Amino acid sequence: MKHRSLYFVLASLMVLSLLLSACGAPAATKAPAAGPLTFVLVPKNLGNPYFDTANNGAQEAAKELGVTVLYQGPASADATQQIQLINSLIAQKVNGLAISADDSDALVPTGKDAMAAGIPVVSWDSAIGKDGRVLHINQAVLHDIGAIEIKMALDLTGPGGGQIAILSATSTAPNQNAWIEVMKEELKKPEYAKLELVGVVYGDDDDTKSYNEAQALFKKYPDLKVIIAPTTVGIAASARAVTDAGLIGKVFVTGLGTPNQMREYVKNGASPEFALWNPADLGYLSVYVLNALAKGEIKGVAGEKFTAGRLGEYTLQDDPDLGLNVLLGLPFIYNKDNIDKFNW
Amino acid sequence: MSLQTAPALRSNLLRSFVRFREAGISVFILILAVIVTLRAPAFLTVENAKDILLNISILSIVALAQAMVIITHGIDLSVGSMIGLVAMMVAFMMKQSPDFPVVGALVLGMALGAVLGSFNGLIISYGKVPPIIATLGTLSIYRGMVFFYSQGTWINSFELPKAFKLLSKGTPLGLPNMVIIAIVFAIAVYFFLNHTRTGRDIYAVGSNPDAAQVAGIRKQRIIFLAYLLSGIACGLAAVLWASRFESAQTNTALGFELQTVAASVVGGVSISGGVGTVPGVLLGALLLGIIENSLPLVRISPFWQLAAQGLLILIAVVTDNLILRSAQRNQK
Amino acid sequence: MIQPNSPVVETQSATLINESAPRRSFLAYFLRWEWLLVALIAVVVVANSRLSPYFLDSKNISRTSSDFMEMGLMMLPMVFIIISGGIDLSVASNLGMCAAFMGWLFMQGVNIWVAALAALVLGSLAGFLNGTLVARVKLPPLVVTLGTYAFFRGMAFVLLGDQAARGYPEAFTYIGQGKLPGTLIPFSVALFAVLAVIFGLVLHRTTFGRYVFSIGNNENATLYSGVPVARIKIILFTISGLMAALAGLVLAARFGSTRPDIGTGLELSVITAAVLGGVDINGGIGTMGGAALSLLLIGLMRFGMGLINIQGQVQGMAIGLLLILSILLPNIVRGISASSGKIKRQTLLATLAFIVIFGLFIAFFFWSRAPVLASV
Repeated sequence: MKHRSLYFVLASLMVLSLLLSACGAPAATKAPAAGPLTFVLVPKNLGNPYFDTANNGAQEAAKELGVTVLYQGPASADATQQIQLINSLIAQKVNGLAISADDSDALVPTGKDAMAAGIPVVSWDSAIGKDGRVLHINQAVLHDIGAIEIKMALDLTGPGGGQIAILSATSTAPNQNAWIEVMKEELKKPEYAKLELVGVVYGDDDDTKSYNEAQALFKKYPDLKVIIAPTTVGIAASARAVTDAGLIGKVFVTGLGTPNQMREYVKNGASPEFALWNPADLGYLSVYVLNALAKGEIKGVAGEKFTAGRLGEYTLQDDPDLGLNVLLGLPFIYNKDNIDKFNW
Repeated sequence: MSLQTAPALRSNLLRSFVRFREAGISVFILILAVIVTLRAPAFLTVENAKDILLNISILSIVALAQAMVIITHGIDLSVGSMIGLVAMMVAFMMKQSPDFPVVGALVLGMALGAVLGSFNGLIISYGKVPPIIATLGTLSIYRGMVFFYSQGTWINSFELPKAFKLLSKGTPLGLPNMVIIAIVFAIAVYFFLNHTRTGRDIYAVGSNPDAAQVAGIRKQRIIFLAYLLSGIACGLAAVLWASRFESAQTNTALGFELQTVAASVVGGVSISGGVGTVPGVLLGALLLGIIENSLPLVRISPFWQLAAQGLLILIAVVTDNLILRSAQRNQK
Repeated sequence: MIQPNSPVVETQSATLINESAPRRSFLAYFLRWEWLLVALIAVVVVANSRLSPYFLDSKNISRTSSDFMEMGLMMLPMVFIIISGGIDLSVASNLGMCAAFMGWLFMQGVNIWVAALAALVLGSLAGFLNGTLVARVKLPPLVVTLGTYAFFRGMAFVLLGDQAARGYPEAFTYIGQGKLPGTLIPFSVALFAVLAVIFGLVLHRTTFGRYVFSIGNNENATLYSGVPVARIKIILFTISGLMAALAGLVLAARFGSTRPDIGTGLELSVITAAVLGGVDINGGIGTMGGAALSLLLIGLMRFGMGLINIQGQVQGMAIGLLLILSILLPNIVRGISASSGKIKRQTLLATLAFIVIFGLFIAFFFWSRAPVLASV
């Protein structure tokens, strides 16, 4: 039993020597400011084509600007893991972070930490709370996305209208919930009076669960005309469920999806049209924003302008809900006429 | 304890209990079905029954394998990751050679699963690493391999050949192929466990490993076999999964291990080994499938679904245990 | 496990005797698990400080250390439970439920400290439920906590739904974000250190601790010697629930907010840390010092791998491999030394066959992915 205290002593000695050597170590440190700027694009998680496409755009911008862009994310979309990752990025003294937040509130203290360490933080795709970043790169205005989804739903039901349902991602995803709110508001307009929203269900961005939820929707509402899935996982799963159930032409799926996942369903008629911004552009713009911030071209004040390569000129704007942000542009509608022009 | 001194009594008791148990779950399922039908008539339709069967085919296959492992007093937490890895590898194969025969895909999947399962089996039986630790480790390792293998890309519906997608859903024999495969698999496992020497050895190893050793059963070999079979079943399930969901993603079947353990346990497989039947596990899978299918149908708020599932699992095991204990008291 | 030549059939007591009285050789003393962990930590520290200039930076270490404290807080009672032969899979879900409950109360206008206290009570009650089902209803801990794993997490979703609780006052977020005045030591690290010492003393220096070991070694014998086994188990699970709730408060304070999916999946990390620390999953063996060292090792490894930008999935693989090897390697060494140098031809052939099979698998692994990845 006595040696137990011994190793405690040893362990504490080791920690001590570790801290001591910390003072001597910096000799090996290479000066980070001297080399080219290093930015990091942080997705919600690795292994998701949507984010990987954003990275393609980011790398394109990196090449144009002569900077290094790392692509680093947590193994699964979880705030605890993402914070751990960002802490190790802060430790590396990178020159800028562009983060798609797994949890808008939980990332605020970490974002503040990074900024206190002199690292500009912007968020893209999914926003960090206002205090935790300089600005948010908004893929589309909340309202535009909600509105376009309801508009597509009416396109699909025809002027006669009918029952529609929403299949969302997780019940905690902030962007999903904001879109759903807008859609509900939008439905109150007279031109959409014939659309009846019968339910909101959650597929948790899990393929199996989304598929099952879509199946349940057909059964619960035999007259269902349209499923709106504002999530790339949910829309593909719903379109497949429609195809499998032989309901093509009776139930239509629309929402937000990626061309490669939806190509088959656009062509077989399960999902004649869907919308999305181009994630590559989003990644591209994020790197240009970070570069402008790091070089001091913009300070993070509303009204400032900068140029983002092939995308043209952007203006920083203030928004009561979103805080300071940059708007990418209008969402794009994919259909059978244009889908083959995209491969991602 | 009196149970140990009277093995004959014990096995009698267990047999009657197991029968009782299966009756118990059946009644529970019936009651649940009636309640759900009253609130949502859409539940009791041929269409919905077919959906439930489709939904539980894969679960049944993996839960049966999980049950075999649990019967040897082990556990396999790596099933979800094995399915994810094999599904990705088979989907890659189908993408690059769309003419690869679908039966070949099934065989390939099972072979790949067998390798992964045998790795688990080796470190558990011959390396003497406790099952929960070994498979907790391979849970991360195999999942990491999925990511490393695909570099984050997914295989989507349009990249898979039509024949492969029909492998699970085609209905040349009236029922979807997947359901038929699951039924054949269940019959095979039933025959294996009850009518072969090796199958009975699996029970023997689980109920009393040392007596089994004394009786000349090669304990290590049997345990190795259980994990090997689990790997093969996961390989089969993986091919069906990729075919049914027409995709392979880095997070395919993430967390599936808990469902398979839950199906086994609700179906009366004892976590301390030696006890469990094929019909019981199938009923357990059916119960989970019905719960998952019906909660959205009866419009229980999605926020309540997980809590309800957990509560039902608890109720199932607690009532079970109370019945078993009162039965014991009566026997005395 | 029983030795092949052992004439004893009564296994449980046989293992007890075999393992509780190992021969104290000089070599065995140096092969103690804790020393190995210390050596591993030294290797990791040296390797990391060579690979990245940012590793040995006290500010960085201070920032990253608080990432592992919720895990650590839940690990302390987990060590007790595993030593007693049980397991608690519900800790992370319980953390989520308690943090959600506190957040929900706070959003209803309840004072944050009252809400936090209520969350601690709820966590203890949840743990008490686990303990009662295990000790009184006599259900296996794995089954009980698998059920409550789903149930508790579900309750977190019931409480908060799609809402986040936010706006906690600064005095509260200090628990998760603050540092001890005038130092770089995060408050949560200090909290963990104090509790670790207390838990360590209780485990290794008190009768209660001895009972826990004794339950893990041979529950029946312990019961017959008059120890209130059921009550001890209930206490262990209740404390586990309390600590899960405390970890929930720390995590919610660190985030400054609560969502119902907070802390998902932490249970596996907690169990990994305990087992890597030398706590035997079959019960009866383990030290609090070992567990604490293993937490340090995992933290340093993760931080170091993050610094050289190793992807999260690969980090998970490394920890998983370490977990298996930590048990496998000693077993292999023991097995080879027990076979007194003679290896049977059959064993050799089987080994060769497996090497060939795994080799083929790896070859297929790389061959089959190449064309598809090239086309992306």
